[in-house]
Amino acid sequence: MSDQHTPAAVAYVRTETLPELPPPASEAGLVKWLRENLFSSIPNSILTILSLWAIYVILSGVIPWITNGIWDASNIRECRELLNGASGGCFAVIAERWPQLVFGIAYPQDAYWRPSLAFVLLLVAVAPVLFSNLPRMLLAVTLVYPFLAYWLLWGGSIFIPITAFGGAAIGYMVYTRLVAQSFAMGLLGGVVAALLAWWVFGFITDNTRGVLALEAVASRDMGGFMLNMILGTVCVSLSLPIGIVLALGRQSDMLIIKWICVVFIEFIRGVPLITLLFVASVVLAYFFPPGTTQDLILRVIIMITLFSSAYIAEVIRGGLAALPRGQYEAGDSLGLDYAQAMRLIILPQALKISIPGIVNVAVGLFKDTTLVSVISMFDLVGMIRGPILASTDWSGVYWELWGFAALLFFIVCYSISQYSQWLERKLATDHR
Amino acid sequence: MTQPAAMTISDEVAIDITGMNKWYGSFHVLRDINLTVQRGERIVICGPSGSGKSTLIRCINRLEEHQKGKIVVDGIELTSDLKNIDKIRSEVGMCFQHFNLFPHLTILENCTLAPIWVRKTPKREAEQTAMHFLEKVKIPEQADKYPGQLSGGQQQRVAIARSLCMKPRIMLFDEPTSALDPEMIKEVLDTMIELAEEGMTMLCVTHEMGFARQVANRVIFMDQGQIVEQNEPEAFFNNPKSDRTKLFLSQILGH
Repeated sequence: MSDQHTPAAVAYVRTETLPELPPPASEAGLVKWLRENLFSSIPNSILTILSLWAIYVILSGVIPWITNGIWDASNIRECRELLNGASGGCFAVIAERWPQLVFGIAYPQDAYWRPSLAFVLLLVAVAPVLFSNLPRMLLAVTLVYPFLAYWLLWGGSIFIPITAFGGAAIGYMVYTRLVAQSFAMGLLGGVVAALLAWWVFGFITDNTRGVLALEAVASRDMGGFMLNMILGTVCVSLSLPIGIVLALGRQSDMLIIKWICVVFIEFIRGVPLITLLFVASVVLAYFFPPGTTQDLILRVIIMITLFSSAYIAEVIRGGLAALPRGQYEAGDSLGLDYAQAMRLIILPQALKISIPGIVNVAVGLFKDTTLVSVISMFDLVGMIRGPILASTDWSGVYWELWGFAALLFFIVCYSISQYSQWLERKLATDHR
Repeated sequence: MTQPAAMTISDEVAIDITGMNKWYGSFHVLRDINLTVQRGERIVICGPSGSGKSTLIRCINRLEEHQKGKIVVDGIELTSDLKNIDKIRSEVGMCFQHFNLFPHLTILENCTLAPIWVRKTPKREAEQTAMHFLEKVKIPEQADKYPGQLSGGQQQRVAIARSLCMKPRIMLFDEPTSALDPEMIKEVLDTMIELAEEGMTMLCVTHEMGFARQVANRVIFMDQGQIVEQNEPEAFFNNPKSDRTKLFLSQILGH
């Protein structure tokens, strides 16, 4: 080995492989990590120590406040007596007002099991959509879920959801028959058939009002976090397909369709959601036929859905624009028609690119459902602001209530965000 | 080099272009193109960049629309009738400079997509056909990988296999080797030569003059949107007629 250093031996052939050695101690483990990340220079070390001090100060205040917290008291005065001047949260308000925070003030108490069951079923219905490795049979639950959830939440005769489902099924059957001829024909036929079926079924539901009925609950009695969940789930799942259609429409060669989509998107994006909600609560009634009073939740759902679908459309348009032209051309050159090329080639890729943006809109939309408290609906924020903080028992308990609301929203939004990151990793097939 | 015996040309007309003109806005890209391709012919189109050669073959499957003249492919005239366009596209395969594989689908799914959805072939059968053509382009072992995991040459061969799965009667190649490393050019050209020997009607835009000499039975030289010269490869390379062709050949064969 040593003769490689002698000048005479310029030509050199290695005959053995050097063994692998572990790195020196300063280059491995905790010491290395600390030095590289926390104490790499003097300013860095000072910042590290300052940050540790700040974290200590915050935690030393917050942790006793949580651990000293009172969970069992019937009003704020009792709570303060129990604390006796010590620092501590008055979490009893959450325990005592739990049903109101979750279901609102007017939902019948003996029917709390219905929204709870609807929530559990929501998880079952959403699971096969989110995770493609679950058995496809579960999609049947997803299909039935909207009708079942409506029945559970609003009550009434079971024939209403059944006939609604039946009408949708008939519409779909007509659609599959006609779609072979042309997509437009299939769509039109399907919609007409569904409307006809619902009109006919209307006679059945009118005469079976009391049959197998759950106690009916009016929309104005929905409240609490349940209302946020209803609005969030319905609006997100409706605005995604509408957003896709708008985005494709905006790219369309057909000028009228294109301009309808452009005007719609630009108008909705240029208006604050809160104005749309006031429109929903006051003005929208004028657009429905006279004599029909559409329920407020329906009107709010329409407005939030329009609002978020405009945003989602723009996000998806970004995804479509990011695809190379070659993808469209490859689809065309293989003889795929427009619908096939979109469904099989363009949208799967464009949607994948748009995931972060779509999730951004979805999370924002979910949090924006709290704005309905402004048009005097008692969602979680409306409940806290109104009945709970206004009551003599609990006026002044701000930190605990708002912290609880923040926590609930954080759990949902953080789960959505984590899911989307997982999905992005799963769909990464480009291996760049 | 003499033509292999297997390369037979029939009298049947595969593509007939008469008096075709195309504009991009006010820019006249293709001027009075007349071209008749018999079934089994292998045509190489060359010319400087911007001469309209890619645009010409992209007009044949209507990736570009022509404004004047007539293009008849397999007896069907290209008009704005979408049914006709889709029919012609399913009979005419195309390979692109940048492969344009679908990155979200595996190699096998890339190959079976169009047969399943356009030809309505059962999935099993489509997969068998796809494996047959993947074996033919010598990469059956990559069937379950994604395009991003393959080298450029392998991707272009998959693209050829993907087109072949539709059992096309005509193949169009738009600079299939221009984006490839020199080492990979050969594997793609070998695949194309094999295809030519089986009698496929081919139109190929390329700068591979060796390929043109070996495979083509006609070379077309284009400049400024016009067909300047066409001839059999031997005569074209050894005895070019127009000055523009001579200049072009001296530039690409000069070193």
